[in-house]
Amino acid sequence: MNNKENLYQFLLRCSDDNLIAGQRMAEWCSNGPILEEDLAMVNISLDLLGQSESFLDYAATLDTMGKNADDLAFGRSEREYFNHLLVEQPNGDFAVSMVKLLFFSAYQKELYTALMSSKDERIAAICAKAVKEARYHYRHASDWFERLALGTDESLRRLNDAIVELWPFTENFFEMDNAYQALQAENIVPEMADIRKKWLSNIQEVFRNGEVDLPGDVHMYSGGINGYHTEHLGHLLCEMQYLHHAHPGAQW
Amino acid sequence: MSENKNDQLPLWEVFIQKSNGAPIKHAGSIHASDKEMALQNARDIYTRRNEGRLLWLVPSNAIVATVIEDEADFFDPADDKIYRHPSFYEVPDGVTNI
Repeated sequence: MNNKENLYQFLLRCSDDNLIAGQRMAEWCSNGPILEEDLAMVNISLDLLGQSESFLDYAATLDTMGKNADDLAFGRSEREYFNHLLVEQPNGDFAVSMVKLLFFSAYQKELYTALMSSKDERIAAICAKAVKEARYHYRHASDWFERLALGTDESLRRLNDAIVELWPFTENFFEMDNAYQALQAENIVPEMADIRKKWLSNIQEVFRNGEVDLPGDVHMYSGGINGYHTEHLGHLLCEMQYLHHAHPGAQW
Repeated sequence: MSENKNDQLPLWEVFIQKSNGAPIKHAGSIHASDKEMALQNARDIYTRRNEGRLLWLVPSNAIVATVIEDEADFFDPADDKIYRHPSFYEVPDGVTNI
């Protein structure tokens, strides 16, 4: 692959993480535990959709078939999606959704901070704007982590179940494939080992504040960025892309 | 804040400053179980469309308020005191927010 293709690949990965995480978060709309939190989650969802659009707009300028952002969002199948596995996991209960957001927002916060000094100016500009949203999402999720951890027996039990369920998807964020390494050699993307270190130190602090132990060594899942997904992504895309498939090119 | 008759979280009053130097005005109320949640809920509900740059959150039960029965005794005596209004001064052009 040449560098343009590597960049295209990376932009899709960033946009897909946001699009899938945003779609999942939007599933909470009207189902939130209280009205205020319902609105908070929908706000987060809209932030993520906006970030996805920024990356997709950029990717579209590199698309050899002349596709636009909508084509890329609604016209690709499961195997053409490159998001990490964590974001496509089902919402489960509120604890699962908040732990998912914690792991994801900590990753985005550190990745975007590093990408602000990317040699690619458009990526740097997108991330300078997006990092503020990621920091806020992290703040929201880490506060909820603490509340659930120090709350009732039931909230702690649900939190622990969520951690056990989602922890095996976290190493996936720091995988580097050939396309990524080629971009790294050009100083367009950061070394993932550094991002992982910062991510872990964030997570350790949040767990410490909640007096919760970090999980021990467990089997870690790999994939997503190569187009291979868990069984959940296909169902999510069916719902997300339905309208576009039923009414191609519809506008309002 | 423990006197909830239903399962709602405690009530907080939201105050927003629109821009630097502007007065901090009451905007509405939200429910939250702690200070940080109150700030975030107010941010998400009242400042999503660029309504402000500063938030104050006050537990509703910390507010001391007059009651409707006080209205006559508290406020009617001000009705006929026109001289208390500084309306006899010329306000220079360009002075706003008065």
